[in-house]
Amino acid sequence: MSDSIYSEVLLDHNLHPLHRCELGCATCSVKGINPSCGDRLTLHLAIENGVITDGSFTGVGCAVSQASTDIMLELIIGRKKEEARRLSSLFSKMISGEITDEELSELEEAGALQSVSKMPARVKCAKLGWNTLDKALADTRPQAVPLSGIDE
Amino acid sequence: MNELKKDFPIFQKHPGTVYLDSAATTQKPRCVIDAVTRYYEEENANPLRGLYDLSARATESYEGAREAVRRFIGAKSTSEIVFTRNATESLNLIAYAYGFEKLCGGAEILVAISEHHSNLLPWQNLAQRTGARLRYLECGKDGEYTPQALENALTPQTKIFAAAQVSNVFGRENPIKEFARICRKNGTLIVCDGAQSVPHMKVDVTELDVDFLAFSGHKMYAPMGIGVLYGKRGLLEEMPPFLFGGEMIEYVTRESATFAELPHKFEAGTVNAGGAVGLHAAIDYIDSIGFESITSHEAKLTALALNEMKLIPEVHIIGSDNAGDHSGIITFTIDGVHPHDIAAVFDADNIAVRAGHHCAQPLHEYLDVQSTARMSIGIYNDERDIERFIETLKTIRRRMGYER
Repeated sequence: MSDSIYSEVLLDHNLHPLHRCELGCATCSVKGINPSCGDRLTLHLAIENGVITDGSFTGVGCAVSQASTDIMLELIIGRKKEEARRLSSLFSKMISGEITDEELSELEEAGALQSVSKMPARVKCAKLGWNTLDKALADTRPQAVPLSGIDE
Repeated sequence: MNELKKDFPIFQKHPGTVYLDSAATTQKPRCVIDAVTRYYEEENANPLRGLYDLSARATESYEGAREAVRRFIGAKSTSEIVFTRNATESLNLIAYAYGFEKLCGGAEILVAISEHHSNLLPWQNLAQRTGARLRYLECGKDGEYTPQALENALTPQTKIFAAAQVSNVFGRENPIKEFARICRKNGTLIVCDGAQSVPHMKVDVTELDVDFLAFSGHKMYAPMGIGVLYGKRGLLEEMPPFLFGGEMIEYVTRESATFAELPHKFEAGTVNAGGAVGLHAAIDYIDSIGFESITSHEAKLTALALNEMKLIPEVHIIGSDNAGDHSGIITFTIDGVHPHDIAAVFDADNIAVRAGHHCAQPLHEYLDVQSTARMSIGIYNDERDIERFIETLKTIRRRMGYER
């Protein structure tokens, strides 16, 4: 065992998150819960014409879940919903240890979480934000989902 | 090295591991593992059933374990000792068999706010299904419950009071004997969760005068899957069976059945005889060391850890500042570091501690902490273990990116 999971990238996103705030322009807010530790976060997204124009998160969690969510938002803001879904499935592939090098490069900084694939106890932490994103994007209502419209 | 550590094979397989999660489950000494093996190699048959030599031996071993438990906790009769899977099952048994039978709407159940979910959810469920009212007895931020607070909380409608003898979060011992006296005066039954007390201190049910006591074998050096419910005989006799099936009947017809005598009425199906034999060996092991040594050894290590922890400004202790109020359990937080990460850094240094809400979410909400980390001590721990724990504890904030 080593604490290599706590890379500089991860520690930096945890201590100085770019997207940890409320989001006034959010069109949907979705809650995610990690029942193994009780951590909960809310993902706020502004989606216009199928594009994620802005996003943020609130709530408490461990460094792994906080950094993973922050990195995720950095990656998906400005992208189409389909692209975000594809990145989320790539992230899952990475965590289950099945990703190719080419796919890994698409994940950019999220690749810093690759070592989680060898730490089953932290998988739920790393995926909390991404699973919440999947839930938010699975909602087919076109626009303006009310705040906390989808709940755990 | 602590001499007792040599009794535990796991520390030979993992010589570098510091195990500080005994409140979750303890490691098993060689004598317990051997007793279980010996049972299955030399005595195994279905106890209480067969009319042949092996079955008689299995029965003798199983009932021998019951007598050992009776003596260990000072019960008057083996008919008051019911074997279950664990403390959780024991507590559910009381809620189902006593609660559903005796409680009605208008009744109140009082539960200590620091209870483990296993002594909280059965009562929450019972209240929802019977219409009884569930109320909580709140403690001070240091985990203290005063007898006066209990007296004030009880009403003529309070039928059951549920409280642990030692909280699995605070580690603080509650004045159960005094609580039992107050409950008795009020006509309230007291259900005591002994999961964190029975392994670490002398517990005598006759002296405490509790109505029910539940505990798990696996937290007291015995195998997983064997637990105990102690109940006063009169109460157990009044209660209908909890599970129905083999071994618990006297006579069955197409339409009805009469049930076996205590304690077999509550032990439906094939029992965990191997587990009971392991529990018997664990009791013998504890007795051979003696509670006087166990309690003083664990208190010394607790004080050593707590006093060092208090010197680190970013470390905050949940509960009392006094080591005497911690019974081998210290729950804590570190400023700016999530408990999950605390446990991960300890793990990187091969030190096992727990993180999360420790199955006590209402308590965490009451204390206004999201989650916590917990270290807990067993008889095999030594001063070197505590030193290593403190050494790592001091590095955690730096390793999480602070003060670089």
